[in-house]
Amino acid sequence: METVQLIIDNKEVVVEKGTTILEAAKTIGIDIPTLCYMKLEDTNFENKPGGCRVCVVEVEGRRNLAPACKSECTAGMNINTHSVRVVNARRTVMELILSDHPFECLVCAKSGNCELQSLAQKLGIRDIAYKGEQSHYKSDQSPAIIREMDKCIMCRRCETACTEVQTVGVLSAINRGFESVVATAFEMDLDHSSCTFCGQCVAVCPTGALTERDSTREVMDAIVNPTKTVIVNTAPAVRAALGEEFGMPAGTLVTGKMVSALRKIGFNYVFDTDFAADLTIMEEGTELLGRLGKHLAGDKDVKLPMLTSCCPGWVSFFEHQFPDMLDIPSTAKSPQQMFGAIAKTYFADKLGIKREDMVVVSVMPCLAKKYECSRDEFKVDGNPDVDLSISTRELAQMIKNFNINFDALEEDEFDKPMGESTGASVIFGTTGGVIEAAVRTAYEVHTKKTLERVDFKELRGMEGIRSATIDFDGLPINIGIAHGLGNARKLLEDIRAGKSQFHAIEIMACPGGCIGGGGQPYHHGKIEVLKKRQAAIYSEDEKKVIRKSHENPDIKKLYAEFLGEPCGHKSHELLHTHYYNKQKKSEL
Amino acid sequence: MANIKLPAHKVEELKEVCKQFDHQGSELINVLHAAQGLFGYLPAEVQELVANELNLPLAHVYGVVTFYSFFSMTPKGEFPISICMGTACYVRGAEKVLDEFKRLLNVKVGETTPDGKYSVSCLRCVGACGLAPVVTVGEKVYGRVTADDVKGIIAEYNS
Repeated sequence: METVQLIIDNKEVVVEKGTTILEAAKTIGIDIPTLCYMKLEDTNFENKPGGCRVCVVEVEGRRNLAPACKSECTAGMNINTHSVRVVNARRTVMELILSDHPFECLVCAKSGNCELQSLAQKLGIRDIAYKGEQSHYKSDQSPAIIREMDKCIMCRRCETACTEVQTVGVLSAINRGFESVVATAFEMDLDHSSCTFCGQCVAVCPTGALTERDSTREVMDAIVNPTKTVIVNTAPAVRAALGEEFGMPAGTLVTGKMVSALRKIGFNYVFDTDFAADLTIMEEGTELLGRLGKHLAGDKDVKLPMLTSCCPGWVSFFEHQFPDMLDIPSTAKSPQQMFGAIAKTYFADKLGIKREDMVVVSVMPCLAKKYECSRDEFKVDGNPDVDLSISTRELAQMIKNFNINFDALEEDEFDKPMGESTGASVIFGTTGGVIEAAVRTAYEVHTKKTLERVDFKELRGMEGIRSATIDFDGLPINIGIAHGLGNARKLLEDIRAGKSQFHAIEIMACPGGCIGGGGQPYHHGKIEVLKKRQAAIYSEDEKKVIRKSHENPDIKKLYAEFLGEPCGHKSHELLHTHYYNKQKKSEL
Repeated sequence: MANIKLPAHKVEELKEVCKQFDHQGSELINVLHAAQGLFGYLPAEVQELVANELNLPLAHVYGVVTFYSFFSMTPKGEFPISICMGTACYVRGAEKVLDEFKRLLNVKVGETTPDGKYSVSCLRCVGACGLAPVVTVGEKVYGRVTADDVKGIIAEYNS
């Protein structure tokens, strides 16, 4: 390894050749302020256009200040990261950026979580010397993502997330100079584009330019409506991140407190999406074994590998970009939609109420779920199976609105029957979890033997694409895993080219899976946050007495009382769906 | 986004151009250049075609089209008038010439007269700085143009 030696703030430092000044400074504990820069280790997300110039430092012998995020260290450099010249330059840069930014902080959805705001505070900006024209763009109000581009600072993180990480490519910088902004082709609304609503653009936006559609008001309206029975369900990844919104360290599991908070808010029933995740495994696992059985019997037409279909961002992605492969994913609905379908039939019947009088609210780490529940095929006579989907952040906002002291809450338990869940369903929240849950059930159903160990560590991790072969008692099952749509694309292209050796593939749209979803508390570029959430998810699984979906007693009861067989007639009607070719004319 | 039908033979020609460039995304600017030569401008449909042929996101193609002032999304007039705003032309009064074209034709830069006859655009240096300020109408070049000459230039095409 070739190294270079240099001095930063009077401290000697030796780094590998090619290291940037920003990274070198970090090794000796100096955090140079940045704005446009973001790097998520272990994923391919890196954004360093060197555009904002907030990270400038003084390099001895160099006339101009150097952007630390872009400048590589060279031998003998003498760098000052906080000279008066540097500080003044940073303030000027900041004032210039703010001179074209709306002063709406008090009512901005991003207030308190805005990187521009915290930087302005850190630099002590009190007055903007530069007055001039401000940019105005029309706001884009999709069912999931709101774009208020007046607040865009052209860091282009969203473009990197959309185009490079996810390879969706609906966002690009357009125009030039003062007019430049990140937009869709022909500045069409996101709703008309090939956007998957994965929300990774929102997850990385430093300002309030990209936010989620806020549905908390509609949830409150439902709660106070005496004619409605309001049912809430919470996705697995929410419990591993919600605490962060209340100052708890990343990776704190707050399942019990979350349930208490939801009761205090006034939901009539507090259920768990995990119940529906167990149900998903019953259906998806049965479908997989069905396809495998046909394949082993020599059926040449059966489609393998089977792809998971829990993730609505991923579903949109293949509908838009791989419409020739709509028969490859499992037809099983996502847990959110299975939950809604069962709540408004089985559970509504139990309560003796009409579906119109039931409001199903889901709390999701996801923005695509907002779009998913608005899809027409998930409605019966116009009444949606899931009425409202709110993000982890929106739930935190509601808890704050209701003045609930989250930290002091007692731990409470989910209601029955749709609150009963297994360890298998909890791990749905992380990359690798859905397929591990499926393997636990599919193995036992196929081999009729009990698993010695339920932990499949070979399926876990953070690498973008992973694979493992699981021995189903003599039958090797090849499993692929991808998270991040760019990685998913690679596996899909292999399938299209006939090169794929997998029997089953799990795909999640967001890097890390749902723990890194577009509706989660902002990670501000810290990958450790995602890793801690992942560890929390696995620890919840370990704590569960029942860790296999097919052993969930209330799922067994659901089949006995209502559904009949997995993948049977009633299941097909309620729990399976079909996919549509959504390719735009432009992609023909 | 208006829907227009592109003439089939031009579509084939553009596809041929993309093929010549080996469908390389890195050749986008060259392809757009050729496309504008073929169609006179770059309507959404042409950009979509280019995006597909080069396997690039449509937003990226649109980003490039809107970045370079050379590319236009509105049809050029029958007689496209370009005024050079390069440094030499500018210091010798190109702006006054431009203003006169805008005034007489009642259009803004990048627009076309309602009868489709004239369009006005700016360009950066045609490499004939000795003739500054330079105006081109189609392929014809006019040198040392003053605001007073503008009326006469327009009249040449007004038959």
